[in-house]
Amino acid sequence: MDAILLQFLNGLDKGSAYALIALGLTLIFGTLGVVNFAHGALFMIGAFCSVTLQRILTLSSETLSETEKDFLGNPLKIKTPYVENWFGPEVGGAIIDWAVPLAILLAIPVMLLIGFIMERGLIKHFYKRPHADQILVTFGLAIVLQEVIKYFYGANPIPTPAPSAFVGSFDFGPLLGLDTSLAYPYWRLVYFGFSALIIGAVFAFLQFTTFGMVVRAGMADRETVGLLGIDIDRRFTIMFGIAAAVAGLAGVMYAPINSPNYHMGMDFLVLSFVVVVVGGMGSLPGAVLAGFMLGILESLASMNEVKNILPGIDQIIIYVVAIIILLTRPRGLMGRKGVMEE
Amino acid sequence: MSFSNPTRRGLIKTGAVASAGLALPTYLRADGHSGFTNAPTGSTVTLGFNVPQTGPYAEEGLDELRAQELAVQHLNGEGDGGMMNTFSSKALKGNGILGKKVEFVTGDTQTKSDAARASAKAMIEKDGAVMINGGSSSGVAVAVQGLCQEAGVIFMAGLTHSNDTTGKDKKANGFRHFFNGYMSAAALAPVLNNAYGSDRKAYHLTADYTWGWTQQESIAAATEAMGWETVNNVLTPLASTDFSSYIAPVLNSGADVLVLNHYGGNMVNSLTNAVQFDLLNKEVNGKKFEIVVPLYSELMAAGAGKNVEGVIGSMNWNWQLQDEGSKAFVKSFGEKYGRPPSNSAHTCYVQTLLYADAVERAGTFNPCGVVEALEDFEFDGLGNGPVLYRGDDHQCFKDVLVMKGKENPSNEYDTLEIVEVTPRAQVEYAPDHPMFAGGQLGSCNPGA
Repeated sequence: MDAILLQFLNGLDKGSAYALIALGLTLIFGTLGVVNFAHGALFMIGAFCSVTLQRILTLSSETLSETEKDFLGNPLKIKTPYVENWFGPEVGGAIIDWAVPLAILLAIPVMLLIGFIMERGLIKHFYKRPHADQILVTFGLAIVLQEVIKYFYGANPIPTPAPSAFVGSFDFGPLLGLDTSLAYPYWRLVYFGFSALIIGAVFAFLQFTTFGMVVRAGMADRETVGLLGIDIDRRFTIMFGIAAAVAGLAGVMYAPINSPNYHMGMDFLVLSFVVVVVGGMGSLPGAVLAGFMLGILESLASMNEVKNILPGIDQIIIYVVAIIILLTRPRGLMGRKGVMEE
Repeated sequence: MSFSNPTRRGLIKTGAVASAGLALPTYLRADGHSGFTNAPTGSTVTLGFNVPQTGPYAEEGLDELRAQELAVQHLNGEGDGGMMNTFSSKALKGNGILGKKVEFVTGDTQTKSDAARASAKAMIEKDGAVMINGGSSSGVAVAVQGLCQEAGVIFMAGLTHSNDTTGKDKKANGFRHFFNGYMSAAALAPVLNNAYGSDRKAYHLTADYTWGWTQQESIAAATEAMGWETVNNVLTPLASTDFSSYIAPVLNSGADVLVLNHYGGNMVNSLTNAVQFDLLNKEVNGKKFEIVVPLYSELMAAGAGKNVEGVIGSMNWNWQLQDEGSKAFVKSFGEKYGRPPSNSAHTCYVQTLLYADAVERAGTFNPCGVVEALEDFEFDGLGNGPVLYRGDDHQCFKDVLVMKGKENPSNEYDTLEIVEVTPRAQVEYAPDHPMFAGGQLGSCNPGA
């Protein structure tokens, strides 16, 4: 039982990442009708915002040690971060330690800007082109972004630790009255909470603001909203920026879970598209629901007890479920009529 | 007009044209005279460096490429000569190979067997490479080794640690300087016994391909022989990025040791996930929980950061070794690139020199001559002490390093420390050892 609970928690966590990326994908598809294969790259760039801030905060002054030698036998360069020089070792050390959460402040403007540039500079030229063209151009863009990151940061994963206050795991066992341990990492719990917050914020923004109301109206009938004198294109551009920021923030907070590397976006992209299709193209609640559902199913399928009966099921479970759902509900779990059917 | 009235002059003309026509193909295929693939005819010889430049092992591949470029410089008499100065064989003179200037072409294996074969094929057929050196991943090595055997060129396998490379998949045209899973296990077992005792329960997570399978088999056999119990072995897909689903069941499995038969980005992620689940701070069966990473590299350790602290593993070579050969290589590489070389860089550098040296000693680029020169060749001065290139399976035998993640690293390269240099005799095995059974070395193929 405790093993199932643990994998359930794990599934919520995986589902958080799937749901956040799928949410952004759906926002872009629902507003602009663009299939954005560069969305995984935006997630990756978010993770590298954490890496970048970590590097900025650890920029150091160098002094030569008289006693220690480097690998060539020359005097070792001792590095002291500037923030420690400026704020003292304790405060400076704490700032460096909190690099990942602080990177959210860097990521929001960076991702919004990247989103606007992407939409205005490239995507808008493909609105009226077939989906196949959109996929090709955004996939190409993803490869370019990936190679740019590789050029500047290298191909090796870069360790980006969570704040030391969140190192270790929380034991749910005693809380649930279990005799055995049910430990789950603190940072993964933080990630789940953060995802819930972002998802809630996006829904609230669309539901309770005038801007969101107009966007929803535009998603339902773009032409009519335009005829009312509203610049719906500008709002959709802003939504593209918001979708990029959602993917970026998902990446920022994901950095301590798996060390960022230049191809991490591609690793998530295909699964996220499956999530979007299963949830229903254009349906925001569908994307979130499918993200969590598939994340949990994938985790449960990787249990040894399951794999002993169905070897390899953990690798195909998402696709099996996708086939079953699309056979029984061709529009996905919560898909809207008309989307992808014209 | 009649065609049936030959004249003497016409007959001579026709005969001359026919002779020239028949001779032309032979002229155009001048290498056909030499009897082997890509026999160099000009003043240069081309080597093919086939390494992952993209994908999860790209950083290893790029370091291999740096080392191979350095080796070419040294062979051509440029730079400080590096390990050529300490190599026990004195056949290399710094004037290229057999007086021909060394050039090289590169290919990207992408850590995929089909891509690696395609890039090796292109280097052999289009660029005229006479030897292929490199690779990271045993799946790639086995695939490219097979291709080189068919094409009739020498393959110097780079970073490949599966027993199968010189076991069931061995080939006469293929050679491996790197150590293997069996040798890692033989070196690690006594150290693990001393550090963690003989009464342990191990849970293995294993990359699901030839390297993972044979390493797991080797480590399990060696640790079980000293009293450990293997609780479970779970195969994980190579494409996995989040291993939390595989780590979570370890917690309640009764195991007190986790063995990560993972490499590259997979190891970085699985170790990071294991540390997130606080495994290293657990106590199970009255013992402190431990993690073992049987195959280490400096680049992986850098990727894993603080998570490697105290974790034991093995390596083929490390820049901290103090023999004259290692010091010469570290100096040469460090001055050129501003960083110490990785063990994958070392093995590719050494193999380039070994190939060139074998050609010089054989006096020919003919693969069969090179094979003969490398088989049972004993040498020293290239790190790891005296080394034997065994003729039975083309596997190198040398000392193996046992490493531990450093507790308090003083700089970014100071991630691992050498715990023990295991003597060569302790890691040797018979050519017909069951873990290496099957397959035939066959005979060398000169191609053409």
